[in-house]
Amino acid sequence: MSQVEKAKPKIRGEVIVDRERCKGCYFCVEFCPTDVLAMSEDFNLKGYHFPEIIAADRCTGCGLCGAYCPDFAIFGHRI
Amino acid sequence: MSTQAPPAPTCEVHNPTEQWLRMDRIPHIWCPGCGIGSSVNCFTDALEKSKIPRDNVSIVSGIGCTGRTAGYLKLDSFHTTHGRPIAFATGLKLANPKLKVVVYSGDGDLFAIGGNHFIHAARRNMDMTVICVNNMTYGMTGGQVTPTTPLTAKATTSPYGNFEEPFNLPYLAESCGAVYVARWTSFHVRQLSKSIREALLKPGFTFIEVVAPCPTLYARRNRLGAGIDAMKYYREQSEIKNGAPTRDVALGFQSKIICGKFVDTSRPTWLEAQVQQHRAVLGDKFTLAENWEGVGEPRED
Repeated sequence: MSQVEKAKPKIRGEVIVDRERCKGCYFCVEFCPTDVLAMSEDFNLKGYHFPEIIAADRCTGCGLCGAYCPDFAIFGHRI
Repeated sequence: MSTQAPPAPTCEVHNPTEQWLRMDRIPHIWCPGCGIGSSVNCFTDALEKSKIPRDNVSIVSGIGCTGRTAGYLKLDSFHTTHGRPIAFATGLKLANPKLKVVVYSGDGDLFAIGGNHFIHAARRNMDMTVICVNNMTYGMTGGQVTPTTPLTAKATTSPYGNFEEPFNLPYLAESCGAVYVARWTSFHVRQLSKSIREALLKPGFTFIEVVAPCPTLYARRNRLGAGIDAMKYYREQSEIKNGAPTRDVALGFQSKIICGKFVDTSRPTWLEAQVQQHRAVLGDKFTLAENWEGVGEPRED
Protein backbone atom coordinates (compact mmCIF):
# COMPACT_ATOMS: atom_id res chain seq x y z
CA MET A 1 0.00 0.00 0.00
CA SER A 2 2.74 2.38 0.96
CA GLN A 3 4.48 1.66 -2.35
CA VAL A 4 1.37 2.63 -4.27
CA GLU A 5 1.19 5.90 -2.39
CA LYS A 6 4.83 6.60 -3.15
CA ALA A 7 4.37 5.90 -6.85
CA LYS A 8 1.54 8.39 -7.09
CA PRO A 9 3.20 11.73 -7.84
CA LYS A 10 2.43 14.64 -5.61
CA ILE A 11 0.84 17.52 -7.50
CA ARG A 12 3.14 20.49 -7.04
CA GLY A 13 2.09 23.02 -9.61
CA GLU A 14 -0.65 24.16 -11.93
CA VAL A 15 -0.67 25.67 -15.42
CA ILE A 16 -3.38 28.08 -16.49
CA VAL A 17 -3.90 28.81 -20.20
CA ASP A 18 -5.86 31.72 -21.63
CA ARG A 19 -6.49 30.07 -25.00
CA GLU A 20 -8.00 33.13 -26.69
CA ARG A 21 -4.89 35.19 -26.05
CA CYS A 22 -2.55 32.52 -27.45
CA LYS A 23 -0.88 33.03 -30.85
CA GLY A 24 0.46 29.49 -31.14
CA CYS A 25 4.20 30.20 -31.00
CA TYR A 26 5.05 26.81 -29.35
CA PHE A 27 7.52 28.37 -26.85
CA CYS A 28 5.77 26.90 -23.79
CA VAL A 29 5.39 23.44 -25.33
CA GLU A 30 9.04 23.33 -26.42
CA PHE A 31 10.63 24.67 -23.25
CA CYS A 32 8.51 23.06 -20.50
CA PRO A 33 11.15 21.12 -18.54
CA THR A 34 8.73 18.33 -17.60
CA ASP A 35 6.72 18.14 -20.86
CA VAL A 36 3.38 19.02 -19.33
CA LEU A 37 2.06 20.72 -22.46
CA ALA A 38 1.25 19.73 -26.04
CA MET A 39 -0.23 21.71 -28.91
CA SER A 40 -3.96 21.15 -29.27
CA GLU A 41 -5.48 20.13 -32.60
CA ASP A 42 -8.25 22.67 -32.00
CA PHE A 43 -8.18 26.32 -32.94
CA ASN A 44 -9.04 29.37 -30.90
CA LEU A 45 -11.25 32.17 -32.22
CA LYS A 46 -8.34 33.79 -34.05
CA GLY A 47 -7.39 30.50 -35.76
CA TYR A 48 -4.28 29.62 -33.78
CA HIS A 49 -3.55 26.30 -32.12
CA PHE A 50 -3.19 26.67 -28.36
CA PRO A 51 -1.39 24.54 -25.76
CA GLU A 52 -3.27 21.93 -23.79
CA ILE A 53 -2.24 20.18 -20.63
CA ILE A 54 -1.43 16.52 -21.23
CA ALA A 55 0.18 15.62 -17.90
CA ALA A 56 -0.96 17.95 -15.13
CA ASP A 57 0.65 15.72 -12.50
CA ARG A 58 4.13 16.39 -13.92
CA CYS A 59 3.90 20.18 -13.44
CA THR A 60 6.31 21.51 -10.83
CA GLY A 61 4.98 25.05 -10.96
CA CYS A 62 8.34 26.48 -12.08
CA GLY A 63 6.62 29.18 -14.12
CA LEU A 64 8.96 28.89 -17.10
CA CYS A 65 6.02 28.68 -19.53
CA GLY A 66 4.80 32.04 -18.28
CA ALA A 67 8.27 33.56 -18.48
CA TYR A 68 8.57 32.54 -22.14
CA CYS A 69 5.03 33.34 -23.27
CA PRO A 70 5.23 36.49 -25.45
CA ASP A 71 1.45 36.90 -25.32
CA PHE A 72 0.96 36.63 -21.53
CA ALA A 73 -1.45 33.76 -22.24
CA ILE A 74 -0.06 31.05 -19.97
CA PHE A 75 1.49 30.86 -16.54
CA GLY A 76 2.38 28.24 -14.00
CA HIS A 77 2.36 28.59 -10.26
CA ARG A 78 3.14 26.42 -7.26
CA ILE A 79 0.26 25.04 -5.20
CA MET B 1 -0.83 57.44 -11.80
CA SER B 2 -2.17 56.62 -8.36
CA THR B 3 0.07 55.46 -5.57
CA GLN B 4 -2.25 52.61 -4.66
CA ALA B 5 -1.48 48.98 -5.29
CA PRO B 6 -3.16 47.43 -8.35
CA PRO B 7 -6.70 46.14 -7.73
CA ALA B 8 -7.02 42.64 -6.32
CA PRO B 9 -7.58 40.00 -9.00
CA THR B 10 -11.17 38.89 -9.41
CA CYS B 11 -10.33 35.21 -9.99
CA GLU B 12 -8.11 33.21 -7.67
CA VAL B 13 -4.83 33.43 -9.55
CA HIS B 14 -3.70 35.76 -12.28
CA ASN B 15 -0.78 35.86 -14.63
CA PRO B 16 1.94 37.61 -12.58
CA THR B 17 2.76 39.88 -15.53
CA GLU B 18 -0.81 41.18 -15.82
CA GLN B 19 -0.50 43.55 -12.87
CA TRP B 20 2.21 45.41 -14.80
CA LEU B 21 0.26 45.64 -18.05
CA ARG B 22 -2.45 47.97 -19.32
CA MET B 23 -4.83 45.10 -19.90
CA ASP B 24 -7.18 47.21 -22.03
CA ARG B 25 -4.41 47.28 -24.67
CA ILE B 26 -3.85 43.50 -24.68
CA PRO B 27 -3.68 41.52 -27.01
CA HIS B 28 -0.65 43.37 -28.30
CA ILE B 29 0.38 43.81 -31.93
CA TRP B 30 3.55 41.71 -31.78
CA CYS B 31 3.64 38.80 -34.24
CA PRO B 32 3.39 35.14 -33.19
CA GLY B 33 6.88 33.99 -32.19
CA CYS B 34 8.24 37.48 -31.54
CA GLY B 35 10.70 37.65 -28.65
CA ILE B 36 9.74 41.10 -27.34
CA GLY B 37 6.92 39.71 -25.16
CA SER B 38 9.32 37.29 -23.46
CA SER B 39 11.66 40.18 -22.64
CA VAL B 40 8.73 42.13 -21.18
CA ASN B 41 8.02 39.16 -18.88
CA CYS B 42 11.65 39.30 -17.71
CA PHE B 43 11.49 43.06 -17.21
CA THR B 44 8.32 42.94 -15.08
CA ASP B 45 9.73 40.04 -13.06
CA ALA B 46 12.95 41.99 -12.46
CA LEU B 47 11.01 45.11 -11.51
CA GLU B 48 8.95 43.17 -9.00
CA LYS B 49 12.00 41.52 -7.45
CA SER B 50 13.99 44.76 -7.35
CA LYS B 51 11.34 46.19 -4.95
CA ILE B 52 11.62 49.62 -6.55
CA PRO B 53 8.31 51.43 -5.85
CA ARG B 54 6.12 51.49 -8.94
CA ASP B 55 5.73 55.27 -8.81
CA ASN B 56 9.49 55.79 -8.96
CA VAL B 57 9.91 53.96 -12.25
CA SER B 58 9.32 55.52 -15.62
CA ILE B 59 9.80 53.86 -18.95
CA VAL B 60 10.62 55.61 -22.20
CA SER B 61 10.46 54.05 -25.64
CA GLY B 62 11.13 55.23 -29.14
CA ILE B 63 9.46 54.14 -32.35
CA GLY B 64 9.34 50.56 -33.56
CA CYS B 65 8.00 47.20 -32.50
CA THR B 66 9.89 47.36 -29.19
CA GLY B 67 8.81 50.97 -28.81
CA ARG B 68 5.29 49.72 -28.19
CA THR B 69 6.44 48.45 -24.78
CA ALA B 70 5.99 51.84 -23.09
CA GLY B 71 2.36 51.78 -24.16
CA TYR B 72 1.69 48.31 -22.82
CA LEU B 73 3.32 48.66 -19.39
CA LYS B 74 1.28 50.13 -16.55
CA LEU B 75 4.02 52.52 -15.45
CA ASP B 76 4.66 56.20 -16.02
CA SER B 77 5.69 55.95 -19.63
CA PHE B 78 6.39 58.01 -22.70
CA HIS B 79 6.51 57.06 -26.36
CA THR B 80 8.94 59.53 -27.90
CA THR B 81 9.76 60.47 -31.47
CA HIS B 82 12.04 58.17 -33.44
CA GLY B 83 15.48 57.74 -31.89
CA ARG B 84 14.99 60.17 -29.01
CA PRO B 85 14.12 58.02 -25.98
CA ILE B 86 17.56 58.56 -24.40
CA ALA B 87 17.37 62.32 -24.95
CA PHE B 88 13.94 62.41 -23.33
CA ALA B 89 15.05 60.10 -20.51
CA THR B 90 18.05 62.35 -19.78
CA GLY B 91 15.74 65.31 -19.28
CA LEU B 92 13.42 63.23 -17.13
CA LYS B 93 16.29 62.16 -14.91
CA LEU B 94 17.65 65.72 -14.49
CA ALA B 95 14.22 67.12 -13.68
CA ASN B 96 13.61 64.47 -11.04
CA PRO B 97 16.74 62.56 -9.99
CA LYS B 98 14.70 60.29 -7.71
CA LEU B 99 13.17 58.55 -10.72
CA LYS B 100 14.48 55.23 -12.00
CA VAL B 101 14.45 55.86 -15.72
CA VAL B 102 14.36 52.90 -18.10
CA VAL B 103 14.78 53.19 -21.84
CA TYR B 104 13.22 50.21 -23.62
CA SER B 105 13.66 50.30 -27.36
CA GLY B 106 14.85 48.49 -30.43
CA ASP B 107 18.17 48.34 -32.25
CA GLY B 108 17.17 50.60 -35.12
CA ASP B 109 15.75 53.25 -32.84
CA LEU B 110 18.65 53.29 -30.37
CA PHE B 111 21.61 52.81 -32.71
CA ALA B 112 20.64 54.18 -36.11
CA ILE B 113 18.38 57.15 -35.53
CA GLY B 114 19.35 57.58 -31.87
CA GLY B 115 23.00 56.50 -32.04
CA ASN B 116 24.24 59.98 -31.17
CA HIS B 117 22.19 60.10 -27.97
CA PHE B 118 23.32 56.64 -26.95
CA ILE B 119 27.04 57.33 -27.16
CA HIS B 120 26.76 60.62 -25.28
CA ALA B 121 24.52 59.27 -22.52
CA ALA B 122 27.02 56.42 -22.03
CA ARG B 123 29.95 58.86 -22.06
CA ARG B 124 28.29 61.05 -19.44
CA ASN B 125 27.30 57.99 -17.37
CA MET B 126 23.76 59.32 -17.22
CA ASP B 127 21.90 57.35 -14.56
CA MET B 128 19.50 55.17 -16.59
CA THR B 129 18.96 51.59 -17.70
CA VAL B 130 18.86 50.98 -21.45
CA ILE B 131 17.31 47.72 -22.65
CA CYS B 132 17.79 47.17 -26.37
CA VAL B 133 15.78 44.39 -27.97
CA ASN B 134 17.92 43.51 -30.98
CA ASN B 135 15.96 41.73 -33.69
CA MET B 136 18.50 42.76 -36.36
CA THR B 137 15.94 44.47 -38.58
CA TYR B 138 13.39 47.30 -38.73
CA GLY B 139 10.33 45.22 -37.90
CA MET B 140 7.62 47.86 -38.04
CA THR B 141 8.61 49.50 -41.32
CA GLY B 142 9.10 46.36 -43.39
CA GLY B 143 12.44 44.70 -42.68
CA GLN B 144 15.14 47.15 -43.79
CA VAL B 145 18.83 46.87 -42.88
CA THR B 146 19.71 48.24 -39.45
CA PRO B 147 23.17 48.96 -37.99
CA THR B 148 23.02 45.52 -36.37
CA THR B 149 21.98 43.38 -39.36
CA PRO B 150 24.76 40.76 -39.66
CA LEU B 151 26.93 40.50 -42.78
CA THR B 152 25.40 38.45 -45.64
CA ALA B 153 21.89 38.51 -44.09
CA LYS B 154 19.12 39.39 -46.53
CA ALA B 155 16.77 42.28 -45.85
CA THR B 156 14.29 44.33 -47.86
CA THR B 157 17.00 46.88 -48.69
CA SER B 158 19.74 44.28 -49.19
CA PRO B 159 18.21 41.55 -51.39
CA TYR B 160 21.68 40.22 -52.30
CA GLY B 161 22.86 40.10 -48.69
CA ASN B 162 24.02 42.81 -46.32
CA PHE B 163 27.59 44.06 -46.95
CA GLU B 164 27.78 46.71 -44.19
CA GLU B 165 29.79 45.85 -41.11
CA PRO B 166 27.33 45.82 -38.18
CA PHE B 167 27.80 47.31 -34.73
CA ASN B 168 29.01 45.10 -31.90
CA LEU B 169 26.66 46.60 -29.32
CA PRO B 170 28.37 45.50 -26.06
CA TYR B 171 31.72 46.74 -27.42
CA LEU B 172 30.17 50.06 -28.43
CA ALA B 173 28.53 50.47 -25.02
CA GLU B 174 31.70 49.62 -23.11
CA SER B 175 33.95 51.85 -25.18
CA CYS B 176 31.54 54.75 -24.73
CA GLY B 177 31.66 54.30 -20.96
CA ALA B 178 28.68 52.21 -19.80
CA VAL B 179 29.22 50.82 -16.30
CA TYR B 180 27.15 47.66 -16.82
CA VAL B 181 26.96 45.77 -20.11
CA ALA B 182 25.26 42.42 -20.65
CA ARG B 183 23.83 40.46 -23.52
CA TRP B 184 21.18 37.73 -23.37
CA THR B 185 18.76 36.23 -25.82
CA SER B 186 15.01 35.88 -25.37
CA PHE B 187 15.72 32.20 -24.64
CA HIS B 188 17.67 33.08 -21.43
CA VAL B 189 14.64 34.29 -19.47
CA ARG B 190 15.95 33.63 -15.96
CA GLN B 191 19.39 35.09 -16.61
CA LEU B 192 17.89 38.10 -18.38
CA SER B 193 15.55 38.77 -15.49
CA LYS B 194 18.45 38.66 -12.99
CA SER B 195 20.54 40.88 -15.24
CA ILE B 196 17.80 43.50 -15.57
CA ARG B 197 17.38 43.48 -11.80
CA GLU B 198 21.10 44.12 -11.31
CA ALA B 199 21.05 46.88 -13.90
CA LEU B 200 18.02 48.57 -12.32
CA LEU B 201 19.69 48.64 -8.92
CA LYS B 202 23.03 49.92 -10.24
CA PRO B 203 23.65 53.68 -10.46
CA GLY B 204 24.97 54.87 -13.78
CA PHE B 205 24.47 54.00 -17.43
CA THR B 206 23.56 50.31 -17.64
CA PHE B 207 23.01 48.58 -20.95
CA ILE B 208 21.44 45.19 -21.74
CA GLU B 209 21.15 43.79 -25.24
CA VAL B 210 18.41 41.20 -25.75
CA VAL B 211 18.77 39.22 -28.96
CA ALA B 212 15.23 38.36 -30.06
CA PRO B 213 13.71 36.66 -33.08
CA CYS B 214 11.78 38.52 -35.79
CA PRO B 215 9.96 35.65 -37.52
CA THR B 216 7.91 37.81 -39.86
CA LEU B 217 10.67 39.81 -41.55
CA TYR B 218 14.23 38.88 -40.65
CA ALA B 219 13.69 35.11 -40.34
CA ARG B 220 11.34 34.84 -43.32
CA ARG B 221 13.65 36.76 -45.69
CA ASN B 222 16.56 34.57 -44.61
CA ARG B 223 14.59 31.29 -44.62
CA LEU B 224 15.25 30.71 -40.92
CA GLY B 225 11.82 29.37 -39.99
CA ALA B 226 9.46 30.50 -37.25
CA GLY B 227 10.13 32.09 -33.89
CA ILE B 228 10.50 28.71 -32.24
CA ASP B 229 13.30 27.80 -34.67
CA ALA B 230 15.17 30.96 -33.67
CA MET B 231 14.70 30.05 -30.02
CA LYS B 232 16.10 26.55 -30.66
CA TYR B 233 19.07 28.17 -32.43
CA TYR B 234 19.64 30.38 -29.36
CA ARG B 235 19.52 27.31 -27.13
CA GLU B 236 22.02 25.39 -29.23
CA GLN B 237 24.36 28.14 -30.41
CA SER B 238 24.61 30.46 -27.42
CA GLU B 239 27.48 30.30 -25.00
CA ILE B 240 27.55 32.02 -21.62
CA LYS B 241 30.89 33.74 -20.99
CA ASN B 242 30.61 36.21 -18.14
CA GLY B 243 33.36 38.82 -18.25
CA ALA B 244 34.32 38.02 -21.86
CA PRO B 245 36.17 40.87 -23.63
CA THR B 246 33.47 42.76 -25.51
CA ARG B 247 35.59 43.12 -28.67
CA ASP B 248 35.22 39.36 -29.16
CA VAL B 249 31.44 39.14 -28.88
CA ALA B 250 30.39 40.43 -32.32
CA LEU B 251 27.41 38.66 -33.90
CA GLY B 252 27.66 37.09 -37.33
CA PHE B 253 24.90 35.60 -39.47
CA GLN B 254 23.68 32.51 -37.56
CA SER B 255 27.00 32.49 -35.67
CA LYS B 256 27.61 31.52 -32.08
CA ILE B 257 26.06 34.03 -29.66
CA ILE B 258 28.26 34.92 -26.71
CA CYS B 259 25.99 35.85 -23.79
CA GLY B 260 26.69 37.01 -20.29
CA LYS B 261 27.54 39.99 -18.14
CA PHE B 262 30.58 41.57 -19.77
CA VAL B 263 31.16 44.78 -17.81
CA ASP B 264 30.30 45.69 -14.22
CA THR B 265 32.32 48.69 -12.99
CA SER B 266 31.62 51.90 -11.16
CA ARG B 267 32.30 55.59 -11.77
CA PRO B 268 30.51 58.83 -10.83
CA THR B 269 27.28 59.48 -12.67
CA TRP B 270 26.72 62.76 -14.54
CA LEU B 271 24.67 64.21 -11.67
CA GLU B 272 27.24 63.23 -9.05
CA ALA B 273 30.13 64.56 -11.10
CA GLN B 274 28.34 67.85 -11.68
CA VAL B 275 27.53 68.38 -8.01
CA GLN B 276 31.04 67.39 -6.91
CA GLN B 277 32.73 69.68 -9.43
CA HIS B 278 30.56 72.69 -8.67
CA ARG B 279 30.82 72.15 -4.93
CA ALA B 280 34.62 71.96 -5.18
CA VAL B 281 34.86 75.16 -7.26
CA LEU B 282 32.08 77.28 -5.78
CA GLY B 283 32.35 76.16 -2.15
CA ASP B 284 29.75 77.89 0.07
CA LYS B 285 28.18 79.68 -2.87
CA PHE B 286 26.97 76.33 -4.27
CA THR B 287 23.32 75.41 -3.71
CA LEU B 288 21.66 72.23 -4.87
CA ALA B 289 18.83 72.55 -7.35
CA GLU B 290 15.33 72.00 -6.05
CA ASN B 291 14.50 68.29 -5.47
CA TRP B 292 18.14 67.24 -6.03
CA GLU B 293 18.57 66.34 -2.34
CA GLY B 294 20.96 63.45 -1.86
CA VAL B 295 22.63 63.89 -5.25
CA GLY B 296 26.38 63.80 -4.98
CA GLU B 297 26.44 62.12 -1.57
CA PRO B 298 28.94 59.27 -1.33
CA ARG B 299 27.33 55.92 -2.14
CA GLU B 300 28.05 52.50 -0.76
CA ASP B 301 29.36 50.58 -3.77
